[in-house]
Amino acid sequence: MVDVTIRVNGQARSLDIPPQVSLLDALRERFGLTGPKKGCDQGACGACTVLADGERINSCLALAVQYDGREITTIEGVDDPLQTAFVRNDGLQCGYCTPGQICSALGMLAEYKDGAPSAVTEPDADPGELTEEEIRERMSGNLCRCGAYNGIVKAIQETAALDTEEVSS
Amino acid sequence: MKSFAYVSARDVPTAVSAIAGSPNAKFLGGGTNLVDLMRGNIEQPDTIVDITRLPLTGVDLLPDGGVRIGALVRNSHLAAHPLIRSRYPVLSQAILLGASAQLRNMATVGGNLLQRTRCLYFYDTAAACNKRAPGSGCDAIGGFNRNHAILGVSDNCLATHPSDMCVALAMLDATVEVESTRGVRRIPMNEFHVLPGDTPHVETSLAADELVTAVELPSVAVAANSRYRKVRDRASYAFALVSVAAALEVTGTTVTQVRLALGGVSAKPWRATKAEEVLLGAPATEESFRQAAAAELAAATARPGNEFKIGLAERTIVAVLRELVTKGDAA
Repeated sequence: MVDVTIRVNGQARSLDIPPQVSLLDALRERFGLTGPKKGCDQGACGACTVLADGERINSCLALAVQYDGREITTIEGVDDPLQTAFVRNDGLQCGYCTPGQICSALGMLAEYKDGAPSAVTEPDADPGELTEEEIRERMSGNLCRCGAYNGIVKAIQETAALDTEEVSS
Repeated sequence: MKSFAYVSARDVPTAVSAIAGSPNAKFLGGGTNLVDLMRGNIEQPDTIVDITRLPLTGVDLLPDGGVRIGALVRNSHLAAHPLIRSRYPVLSQAILLGASAQLRNMATVGGNLLQRTRCLYFYDTAAACNKRAPGSGCDAIGGFNRNHAILGVSDNCLATHPSDMCVALAMLDATVEVESTRGVRRIPMNEFHVLPGDTPHVETSLAADELVTAVELPSVAVAANSRYRKVRDRASYAFALVSVAAALEVTGTTVTQVRLALGGVSAKPWRATKAEEVLLGAPATEESFRQAAAAELAAATARPGNEFKIGLAERTIVAVLRELVTKGDAA
């Protein structure tokens, strides 16, 4: 057993767990935070996406012990205009992938603001406008079996535009 | 997942001491491949030495103009680093064309080097696989081998190395620095991964007790005109059928510098030295590009399932070189 303390959604939480427990299982089974979902449990679907110190990760491929002392944000700790944008744009149908989509999109928007390139960005240029192509590439780690991608892309684009207005005003 | 003893190392000496004398211990970096393999009981270490917190996270310019990359640098951080984007665009592109953003935020440079094949038979514990269970056979040979290797294959294994990053590193002649209780060793990138031969379970020249501590990129002026192209079954988030890392300098109409490496075609990132030999000093024309590609692929051995990769690799080499001629002209 290993003692682990993780700050989850702003609150320090301690655990005594076997080292093989994934971060996802620790969040869901030990802390009762069932927002992050177990889809594939092998890093392929993105339903388990959470933010670790603001960066999006697949919590299913993380061992909880590796995140001792770190700050984890799950959908339960998110209060952002992106959530209402998802509702407004029908960015979901069954909703199973939505917590992961939203955490991933928040991480993505932060990466984008930092000037991080994507595979569709020219390597010697800063990422320009957050086009649909950029969003689809940057969000390719989140699958949606209902196929709500068009609404997801719109919701993210709308929210990114809000951010730009705030910065310029 | 089998239970294991857990050691968290805060510095390199602690990490290498913890693994010395424990043949069934493993270092754990980002976990994106190892945790998955442990969950499938394909890897069953007795001890995990967690190296997540080692201070190997620098990306630093070297006095000779090269760049030293700490083994724990996250893939996403490396791809976004200004030194990499400006001097080695091929490396930034290769990383960004691999995996997903979440995985790139977790995965480390050292772990990317040591990731294992995604051959379906390697993952299927009910299948024969000489890599997973030496001597058990290879179900890929008569099975579904569309994704498998065509260069450097053996009768024992058709697996490919799945990395994109490593293809760029092979093209750039990177050096891998490793450390154990016996000292520090430097391994040329093109000798780091090994071909399957009769021992497909041996994938690298790294000893079991050695820790990858850094990757060093030499100063490569021609890398400023470099490109990585990946051909795959989906537009994003899929492994390469074929990929090409290339750098090219044309003076007048003659190729004066060229570097080429291929991914998705072998158990190691494949440095295309035969193609480079044909190209160097040749006119920078489609005809030379085609001849060079054919020279490299002449040694390919394909199965019906992956025969298409030979032509695909040839055409991708030509396309990337053509693109670099245009790009070099514009610069």
